[in-house]
Amino acid sequence: MREIMVRAMYCEMLGYDASFTYIHAIKLAQQGGVLEKRVGYLAVSLFLNEGHELLLLLVNTVLKDLQSTNLIEVCMALTVVAQVFPKDMIPAVLPLVEDKLSHPKEIIRRKAVLALYKFYLIAPNQVQHIHAKFCKALSDKDPGVMASSLHIYLQLIRSPDSYKDLTGSFVTILKQVLGGKLPVDFNYHSVPAPWLQIQLLRILSLLGKEDQSTSELMYEVLDESLRRAEMNHNITYAILYECVKAVYTIHPKAELLEKAARCIGNFVLSPKINLKYLGLKALTYVVQHDAKLALQHQMTIIECLDHSDFTIKRETLELLFRITNAQNVTVIVEKMLDFLRSCNDEHTIIHLIGKVAELAEKYPFNKPEFMNTLLPMKYNSWFIQTMNDVFSIGGDLLQQDDPNNFLRLLAEGSESKEEDDQLRLYAVESYLTVLKGHTSHLPQCFLQVMSWVLGEYAHLQESVDRREVIRLLTQLLDQRSVSSETRVWILSALTKIPEGQTDLILDLAESLSSSQDTVLRQQAQELRHLSQDSQLREFKPVAVVCVFSSQVDSSLSFLDGFVSEALAAGAAPYKPPHQRQEELCEDRALNLEPYSFSLPVSLSSCSITDRQSPTLLSVSSGLSGNSAELSQKAGSSTLILEGVKRVWGKDGYLPQKEATAPPVDEPSAAVQPASQQEAAERIEPRPEPSTQNQDKQQLASSLFVGLGVGSSVSLLGKSEAPPPRFRKKPRPHESSSSSGTSKRSSDSSSRSSRNTTDSFLYGSFPEEEPATSISTFDHTPKSTTANGLSQNKDTKEDRHANTSQILGGDMVIVRPSTIQDKHPPSVSSDLTALLPADLKDLPHSDVISLTSDPSLSLSSCRLFRDEALLLVIFISNCTETVIKDVAVQLTLKHKHQQMTLKNFFLLQVFEFMRLILMNSILSVTHRPLVVTTEEYGKLWLSLSHDVKQNLKLLTDAGDPLRTTLNALKDALQLHVVDIIGSEGIVACRLLSGAPCLLHCRVNGAALAMWLRSPHPALPDFILYHCQRALAHH
Amino acid sequence: MIKFLLMVNKQGQTRLSRYYEQVELGKRASLEADVVRGCLARRKEECSFVEFKDYKLVYRQYAALFIVVGITENENELSIYELVHNFVEVLDKYFSRVSELDIMFSLDKVHIILDEMILNGHIVETNKTRILAPLLALDKMAES
Repeated sequence: MREIMVRAMYCEMLGYDASFTYIHAIKLAQQGGVLEKRVGYLAVSLFLNEGHELLLLLVNTVLKDLQSTNLIEVCMALTVVAQVFPKDMIPAVLPLVEDKLSHPKEIIRRKAVLALYKFYLIAPNQVQHIHAKFCKALSDKDPGVMASSLHIYLQLIRSPDSYKDLTGSFVTILKQVLGGKLPVDFNYHSVPAPWLQIQLLRILSLLGKEDQSTSELMYEVLDESLRRAEMNHNITYAILYECVKAVYTIHPKAELLEKAARCIGNFVLSPKINLKYLGLKALTYVVQHDAKLALQHQMTIIECLDHSDFTIKRETLELLFRITNAQNVTVIVEKMLDFLRSCNDEHTIIHLIGKVAELAEKYPFNKPEFMNTLLPMKYNSWFIQTMNDVFSIGGDLLQQDDPNNFLRLLAEGSESKEEDDQLRLYAVESYLTVLKGHTSHLPQCFLQVMSWVLGEYAHLQESVDRREVIRLLTQLLDQRSVSSETRVWILSALTKIPEGQTDLILDLAESLSSSQDTVLRQQAQELRHLSQDSQLREFKPVAVVCVFSSQVDSSLSFLDGFVSEALAAGAAPYKPPHQRQEELCEDRALNLEPYSFSLPVSLSSCSITDRQSPTLLSVSSGLSGNSAELSQKAGSSTLILEGVKRVWGKDGYLPQKEATAPPVDEPSAAVQPASQQEAAERIEPRPEPSTQNQDKQQLASSLFVGLGVGSSVSLLGKSEAPPPRFRKKPRPHESSSSSGTSKRSSDSSSRSSRNTTDSFLYGSFPEEEPATSISTFDHTPKSTTANGLSQNKDTKEDRHANTSQILGGDMVIVRPSTIQDKHPPSVSSDLTALLPADLKDLPHSDVISLTSDPSLSLSSCRLFRDEALLLVIFISNCTETVIKDVAVQLTLKHKHQQMTLKNFFLLQVFEFMRLILMNSILSVTHRPLVVTTEEYGKLWLSLSHDVKQNLKLLTDAGDPLRTTLNALKDALQLHVVDIIGSEGIVACRLLSGAPCLLHCRVNGAALAMWLRSPHPALPDFILYHCQRALAHH
Repeated sequence: MIKFLLMVNKQGQTRLSRYYEQVELGKRASLEADVVRGCLARRKEECSFVEFKDYKLVYRQYAALFIVVGITENENELSIYELVHNFVEVLDKYFSRVSELDIMFSLDKVHIILDEMILNGHIVETNKTRILAPLLALDKMAES
């Protein structure tokens, strides 16, 4: 059977269908001995792809083998799981695979990690709960297990923010690998685990991208890596290449960049062709950051351009494309077109021709100032010629966008009508010449473009008889190679040409009105009517704009009203198909009990997918915010003129090609006008190589114009790319500096205007903030002057609290740290009676005595106002003497300081205050949100960010739900909207207005709480405080 | 990412093929033919990487046998080039002086070795002893 299976594999490999053996492959895996089993599994993995229905039959076998005591069987089962496994069956094997993570054998652990990696790839949310185990695998004592966990991390780190803290570990691992700490058998040609190194370098570059502090951690190891890889072997070069890429990806460091640049130099200059290729590829990557680097290697690049090797040439062109600017665009485009003419690979042509078109369309309209003086004709001809080449080479392989863009450029033009007309005129002339020649080989899309242009602009060209134009176009119609779509284009062009030869047109219309193609027939009829009826022609619009892009309101916001109505009427919210699919899978996975009798389907994985579903509901409403704007745009589906117009600059045209390339300050490139050079050659014939050399130098000078240090800054091409990093080095990184300033400004703003916050923080948590905690916010003190005897002063702090510090000469400093004595807060309710009239009616907390000493006592109380929270501090004189000045210094000792700072970077500046509040004293910053049940329902659907958790239920009273909710209400200032049976809905909002809705349900002895809010962090914090409040109860 | 690995001889006969991305059975033969043509057309002094459709081919020749790997743009060509050599070294170690015939007649074993090295288009193991360990264990069990 094994032999037969191998033969079936052979058949499939040779392209013959062997689907009848699939079932036998599965059987073999099920029943055979060890070797048969392996071949069976192998055949399955070769024959069946992920979605194949027969795979279901394999699940039981895999389950059995995973539980086998034979290591080899476990091993194969894990291998096949990592190769092909039905997605909906993952829950069935997941617990078993997880168990294997702690298997004593490294190979089993390794395979288990790889199987989990596969699960992560096909169903990331099913393995969400085991991220911690990946971390354990990363720190496994066996290097093989660690290496396989890197695959997972490479995927995870694509969104790097949450994995920054692992940077240190990756750096250490790389250091150990470099230091030869791995067993010798990991070496490949005496290089320690090269592929592992490459993997690590990739991870590091992802982590360090645009992140200075993380990048700093890895400078040292990258430096070492560059240094180590000096051995002359291919694999070390592969590592070097990865290293160079990493150096240029992360936050730049001049020293490393220099070394990396030297490496690239070695690559490019290497006689080994493979290395040269790699060098070019690295250079292509690097010039995006530092275009000057290309200058150092210009001669090599020129050589590569003429290289006999197709791949090298192709890569060089890619490199040139990246360094294109307004000055060298003509030369580069010419080189690309040359290459294209000699190339016959379809994919390459499509790829490259698009780039040529992009370049041609991009540069002409951003002409640099100094080109003003050059003849506009020169530029026009270049542009039209280039586009002609693009169309005739690219032909019908072109994407529809390219001809459309070109026509739009022609049609929309610039501010100056004269220039537009010149361009159009030139196009008409050039097309007429083309049409006079052989037209049968021209691609359809070129013909279409030509006929459109002739139809629109032929009237500009006075010297040419209209009859001539009509004759040429009708000639085209007669050709058999012309497709019917093109015929339609031509006919509509004919319609546009004002007075034609009526007889010719009539003939034509006659012959075409019996055409098979209905569109064509209609066109012909229209044409005939037009040419017969001269009156009708009077009405004809002069210019028909036929290229336009309409805007589509992809969010379908106009349906929002309908959707919300339907939702209100009880319709089920829309779920996108993929989600439905997922839920379906989930159901299916749950239903398949027979497979999971020995292993409970992991609950957590289900709850995770469950949890995700509600977030998707709000998509449409999220979009509706800008629907008005969008629909307005959609209403007028007009040309987008603005963007293009501005681009169509009025000045400057491109210079002539090489011979008169603008003088360059390229020391190496001796620029000589071509004529002069030719003259020199005529007088004394030079040896061949030197002429060639000069040619190359000339080419170089024209290619690398604009990249030099002194030359005027390249105008478009590279100005888009980030400026060279070398120059940037001494300054702080731009993004980081900007974030730095924003931080500072927000910091100061928070200081000046958020005094309230800080004092709240202190006021609300007097007993919680031990004096030992780290204090960074030594906040501006608030001082009041008290005079009079035993007069209670209330300090009303509002948002514009002044920051000046009035310190009396002989002040008594009462330190709140005396609270540490933990004497019970003496509640003196009578103090509240002393509140000013406007504050008296506000709800307030208990008055807490903060501190006291023989002469002064301090107590505070919180007042809840709609828009703010007020902290009132009562200062009472305990003695009989008169106290003249009292200085109150409030110091914030904030134990959540670290957390706050970290989160702060993630959130916007204006979130700052709210964040601090939430971190520590959420309980006093929100207000009950009074809504009706219906309003609540609507609001619920519109909110995203949700969190679900089970909480403790207070069971000491008759109605546990009501008791619990009331307890929460008292503790957290919530509003209990409604209680229906075993469910209760509660609402509150932040000071700033952001609502948070809570949905509670009694679930056995627990309270299932589901929170939603537009604010991403709010549900978590509310939840936290609910937990605390219940725990205190 | 690695898209496929082929072993083809100079006559264009496929000796081994492994796809890490679903390719229809009918399309495989024409793809392989194209790939072989692309590689055979290249001369010794040209570089071992060829642009092919929207991905790259890395090839290496051993006597009359070509090993061709199709990779995506973001993969490191030279490391794949060396991976191929590592693979051949492993085969050499197992078959002791591997030849085209070995690959023809023990297709399953070559596949098992390959499965240990590349999984889902990623390089998962390059340590020779570890690559061979499961296969040697299998052989041992089959003997007894």
